[in-house]
Amino acid sequence: MQKSVILGTLTAAALSAGAASAQTLSDVQDRGTLNCGVTTGLVGFAAPDADGEWSGFDVAVCRAVAAAVLEDQNAIEFVPTTGKTRFTALASGEIDMLARNTTWTFSRDVDLKFEFTGINYYDGQGFMIPKSLGVSSARELAGATVCIQTGTTTELNLADYFRRNNMDYEPVPIETNAEAQQQYLAGACDVYTTDASGLAATRAAFETPSDHVILPEIISKEPLGPLVRHGDNDWGDVVRWTLNALIAAEEYGITSANIDELKAGTESPEINRILGTEGNLGEMLGLDAEWAYRAIKANGNYGEIFAKNIGESTPIGLSRGLNAQWTDGGLLYAPPFR
Amino acid sequence: MTTLSDPPRESFRLSMLVNDTRYRSYTFQFIALVCVAALFAYLGSNLVANLRAAGLNISYDFLGDPSGYDINQTLIDYTSQSSHLRASIAGLLNTLLVSILACITATIIGVAAGVLRLSNNWLVSKLMAVYVEMFRNVPVLIWIIIIFTIMTAVAPAPSAFRGDDPDASMLFGMFAFTNRGVYIPKPLFEPLGWVVLGVFLISIVGAILYRRYATKVLYDEGRLLPTTWPTVAIVLVPAILAYFILGRPIALEIPELGGFNFSGGITLLGSLIALWFALAIYTGAFIAENVRAGIQSVSRGQTEAAAALGLRPRRIMNLVVLPQALRVIVPPLISHYLNITKNSSLAIAVGYMDLTGTLGGITLNQTGRAIETILLLMLFYLLISLSISAIMNVYNNAVRLKER
Repeated sequence: MQKSVILGTLTAAALSAGAASAQTLSDVQDRGTLNCGVTTGLVGFAAPDADGEWSGFDVAVCRAVAAAVLEDQNAIEFVPTTGKTRFTALASGEIDMLARNTTWTFSRDVDLKFEFTGINYYDGQGFMIPKSLGVSSARELAGATVCIQTGTTTELNLADYFRRNNMDYEPVPIETNAEAQQQYLAGACDVYTTDASGLAATRAAFETPSDHVILPEIISKEPLGPLVRHGDNDWGDVVRWTLNALIAAEEYGITSANIDELKAGTESPEINRILGTEGNLGEMLGLDAEWAYRAIKANGNYGEIFAKNIGESTPIGLSRGLNAQWTDGGLLYAPPFR
Repeated sequence: MTTLSDPPRESFRLSMLVNDTRYRSYTFQFIALVCVAALFAYLGSNLVANLRAAGLNISYDFLGDPSGYDINQTLIDYTSQSSHLRASIAGLLNTLLVSILACITATIIGVAAGVLRLSNNWLVSKLMAVYVEMFRNVPVLIWIIIIFTIMTAVAPAPSAFRGDDPDASMLFGMFAFTNRGVYIPKPLFEPLGWVVLGVFLISIVGAILYRRYATKVLYDEGRLLPTTWPTVAIVLVPAILAYFILGRPIALEIPELGGFNFSGGITLLGSLIALWFALAIYTGAFIAENVRAGIQSVSRGQTEAAAALGLRPRRIMNLVVLPQALRVIVPPLISHYLNITKNSSLAIAVGYMDLTGTLGGITLNQTGRAIETILLLMLFYLLISLSISAIMNVYNNAVRLKER
């Protein structure tokens, strides 16, 4: 029995490692669908609707890549992953890319052999607490019971933060956001901590969101972005520049509404290069000239995606903040398309 | 003189490996062995080659690095600055804790339910049948989640104990049942308190010696000494006397509500309780069936013979039936204990930080060393299981039928 378990593990490890080779781009094109890893459900970022259609901020990145590579933004197999399973899923080749509010850290990039292809959301870890507890600052959380999603950077940040401030706490590790929400609402923990965007999204799903406050302290830097396996640079480039195209499109004013008009030709060489009417950027990526056109057309530019899924007019109500274009005082800065 | 010829030497021909039944089985066993070895070699080399291709290597260096995360229940000193190895040990101890608690409880529940299921009382036996069938046929993960959900939903939050007119109050002013766990008083030993504890332990030894003496008297002289009340007296009276004579040296630290949670006392986390009871009740149902099978395996003649000798029903059960039933009960009991230990790895469902939660969960995630941690995890569980088997086998040898 034990032997067959070892055998199975070795087989799984051996087979999965074998699948993790280069050539993801041609694999995806041959297969005709993109396997995209997303969360198990976080409203606004990635969640299936009543018809089972996935939508959200992270899903839009998957759709843009699928549109660029496969000319069909719906040719996607969404693979829900938890904080624990996501890296194994990516490393084993089960998914081609992971767009699941994943923090870009040194060890994930270098030691786990992944490649972060950019940042689509600048986030930070925050705390949510019921208003009735009367807490207004994270400094008052000494002795609190804290719900955390296990397998995330939040666990480490939390330990660091409480140690730095000489406070003790009791961690309650939880597997998924939905379970955490249930525990938090039942009062089994006083505080729920995760990325501030995730807190806002979770709170928006509550019956009475106004009963809960998100504390002002942001205790960490959480640059979230899509990632791919290390070692397949061509595929990494495709994902990286698709994301950059979405960001650049906002900067240059290309929207899903005016993109067809602009595609007829404009005065701006940069816009022309993005939309493929000038130069051969698509060819360099191993795609056709209209790749970025399709990516932007699918769900609009970065700003449109943000506004539609998590922006101020949505129940989640996140302001752009750090995620504004660099021209507006934010951190979004797409390298030149040249 | 070498006229005496050797007996005709049977020359060994290669074809005998297949044709001769003396050698054939060895041939096939050898071929099978080579095939299995080749398969392992292939898988191993494939693993190594692919790991190299992916730029990964097998290394256990991460065990010495600071873990960086906190654990909510640790039986040893542990902070987020301790190493991953220490986090694994903390998880291992948590696994052992819940397993041992669940094994003991499951045995008690199982034996009681098994005996009661054979009761002549229709209601009792049917109730036990319902218990066994209900718990045996629903997956243990579901029981864990059900018990945990009931606890979090029904028990009050610690904040309900606050205020002048709280919604909830502590039992006897000492025990607080909350949806985060149960808070119980903790004994605080002053130096003399240890003397009381010592007296208590010595009394237990004394009680055991007394019972041995009673048995000896019974066998040698046929005189039946009373055992129940003297045992209770020997165990309790000296300790109680010592407690009062030495001026009540043992105090109780009663949990108090402060800040967000109760502090002081001993905390039994809700996750521990849920896991413990779910494992105990679930496995108890299996043990009950074992016990029933064991009892029924003892021939009726034994019971009747004992009754004919004038033994009372309870004595028949304790002195005649159960000792003989044990040799049927114990071997499957070992595998139930192993199942409890292995099922305790479902702890993550309720956020109990066992070995799978620390080493196979957070450590695996934070270091990304999946193959190394899983191998280590398997090794730990293997060691626990083999130890349990070894201990239980010793016990099994003690109770099995002695053939003289």
